[in-house]
Amino acid sequence: MTASEILTGRHFMNGDHACAEGAIAAGCRFFGGYPITPSTEIAERLSRRMPQIGGVCIQMEDEMGSMASVLGASAAGARAMTATSGPGFSLMMENIGLAAMMELPSLVVNVQRGSPSTGLPTLPGQADVMQARWGSHGDYGVVAYAPWSPQEFFDLTVHSFNVADRYRIPVLLMADEVVGHMVERVEIPEADEIPYWGRKRPKGSKKDFKPFEALDADLVPPLAHAGEGYRLHFTGLTHDERGYPDMSAETHQALVTRLVEKINRNAKDLIRTETYHLEGARVVVIAFGSTARSARRAVRVARERGLPVGFLRLVSLWPFAEQLIRDLAKDVDAFVMAEMNLGQMIREVERHVEQPVLGVNHAGGAMLASEPILEAIEKVTKNGSTLSR
Amino acid sequence: MKVFARTPINLSELKIPRGRVYLILERCKGCNLCIELCPQQVLQVSEMTNEKGYHYPEIRSDREDACVHCEFCTMVCPEFAIYTLEVEE
Amino acid sequence: MVQPFLVEEHPFDSLIRADRMPHIWCPGCGIGIVMRCYAQAIIKSGIDLEKHVVVSGIGCSGRVAGYMNSDSYHTTHGRAIPFAMGLKLANPELCVTVFSGDGDLAAIGGNHLIHAARRNIDITVICANNFNFGMTGGQMGPTTPYGAMSTTSPYGCPEHPFNLVNLLAAAGANFVSRWTTIHVRQVIDDVLYAFNKSGFSFIEVLAPCPIGFGKSNDLEQGIDEMLLYRERCVHKPDTPLDQLGIDLREDQPIYVGRFVDREAPAYQPIIAEDEA
Repeated sequence: MTASEILTGRHFMNGDHACAEGAIAAGCRFFGGYPITPSTEIAERLSRRMPQIGGVCIQMEDEMGSMASVLGASAAGARAMTATSGPGFSLMMENIGLAAMMELPSLVVNVQRGSPSTGLPTLPGQADVMQARWGSHGDYGVVAYAPWSPQEFFDLTVHSFNVADRYRIPVLLMADEVVGHMVERVEIPEADEIPYWGRKRPKGSKKDFKPFEALDADLVPPLAHAGEGYRLHFTGLTHDERGYPDMSAETHQALVTRLVEKINRNAKDLIRTETYHLEGARVVVIAFGSTARSARRAVRVARERGLPVGFLRLVSLWPFAEQLIRDLAKDVDAFVMAEMNLGQMIREVERHVEQPVLGVNHAGGAMLASEPILEAIEKVTKNGSTLSR
Repeated sequence: MKVFARTPINLSELKIPRGRVYLILERCKGCNLCIELCPQQVLQVSEMTNEKGYHYPEIRSDREDACVHCEFCTMVCPEFAIYTLEVEE
Repeated sequence: MVQPFLVEEHPFDSLIRADRMPHIWCPGCGIGIVMRCYAQAIIKSGIDLEKHVVVSGIGCSGRVAGYMNSDSYHTTHGRAIPFAMGLKLANPELCVTVFSGDGDLAAIGGNHLIHAARRNIDITVICANNFNFGMTGGQMGPTTPYGAMSTTSPYGCPEHPFNLVNLLAAAGANFVSRWTTIHVRQVIDDVLYAFNKSGFSFIEVLAPCPIGFGKSNDLEQGIDEMLLYRERCVHKPDTPLDQLGIDLREDQPIYVGRFVDREAPAYQPIIAEDEA
């Protein structure tokens, strides 16, 4: 039996493995990583699959080397990724900033564990979500997604590569240990049903091409790869449109603003959410990742008890779905934000609405159960306000 | 110590190359490597300076024809500022 | 006095970003010399400049990427080698060279240096060793000689430096050589040799750093250090590797030459038989 590149069909598959297969289905042909629980299965799967499909899977000596190797492969034209957990995510931050500055498409998967520090390697957490937004030094736009099932882990891996290529950014795929380690049905489509958005490529004369000149409204410059004859210079220093280092405040302002606006301006196309029962809802529960599974149950039970509650699942964490939240806030009395950390995403909700936002929090180590979410819903709907967290 | 050295048979046909020195004035930073390391002592420090104030090399009047296009100055200049080309006789 | 012919262009201007000349390195700095040797090796290699890629890290040597007119990547401190690995593995047709300094390669980059050598990745690494962290003002680094002065060793460096040749040989590199910026012909030859040689090649080139290192160590001008090289270097490639430490104190020889030249197989990604 031959292994085909894309394992079209119905599978009962571990989340990490689904991520690996999603990468292969998306055309990823380079993985540079370092083993770290609970993401190791991604590396293990790819170490077996990449040699079968002409890709490269290399276990680097540390996470800094992993991210650097991913960027090198991307610069040469390959779809490239790495996978890690909290401690490795922290180590990769400098080179995530390099990816943002050099505008090199790449994918970083963080299967979150209990944190901080070594924390709980084999147990879930969702406490890296603010780090995903602000982890590397400086201002730069961030796109991050949070899957809640192995199926979605597959789908979002494919989508993340498309976003990375299209916008020339490092996309952060923020799973958690529950999603990474659970085994569930995953349907892998036919090859021609898998969406593929390529990189924007340069047109016109090579000599006149300016690698960091963004002439389009989306603020994304075309990308030329090493060895194609464009003779480009890429640097982590602040640079002008030719890519040359330029130590001026004006250039810095223009460049950094564009890196931020590149995401802000395209937010509508990047934000993904799922909504349930928002019609007539007086309270909206917000959750993401594995916590959303508990939240969905809590909302269902609450509705069975007659409570007017709806559910907003954040599929994208960044850019934050602020417009949707603000629109919801017109008709809603209160929000409940459930997350497996001691209060991170709630700050984003709070700053966009005037209504009370009740947080349901747990530092991690066990999936946030639906009972505390249900209690919070009841508290908010019965009392009409709640607020101390 | 007496040195036994044989004279090459084709000595009369042997041509020692001659070189001409070219200088990109504004790139020179006056490091003097070319001047000090030229095996033929062709160069000396000029009293004049370029725009940045560096004293660039000039050719010594008595060594005008001494350059043998060994290209050492070319190779040892960190600034891509000096090179020689062979003069065809 | 006779004026040399004054011109505006250098024969190598197509290989460098001539619009950015003069470069930022100090008068007498050796990095420009090593860069010119690299450029000359590119010409001699016969490999189209479009296939050459240079990757550098942070530091004065790291600025080489910005001056070479090939595809070039100026990456984060110490991470040039893994970036270069990604490039080479994703596109094996590229001729990938890492050009960096002693601090970037052997301090923060040390782990990547030894692992890439261990794997025998098919890249060439040129290390301009000027015995300090020059860009940041002349701090001591992993190759600063014992007793040498620097801004973070005002009483003399209390540490013994790496013997990079021995380190790389032990790590598994196929080709390791050491020269200085006065051995320009040998540097060009070795870079060219390394381009064509499969496996990990490491070429250490000792270079003057008059402002960062030289000024506090009685080597005020670049020429002073060049003359020191000329006086103290001994070409003895069969020197045992563990005796190749560098000591700049008087009467200590500095050994140069091609010290390691092996034919171990270079790293190749695995190609598996199809299996379910």
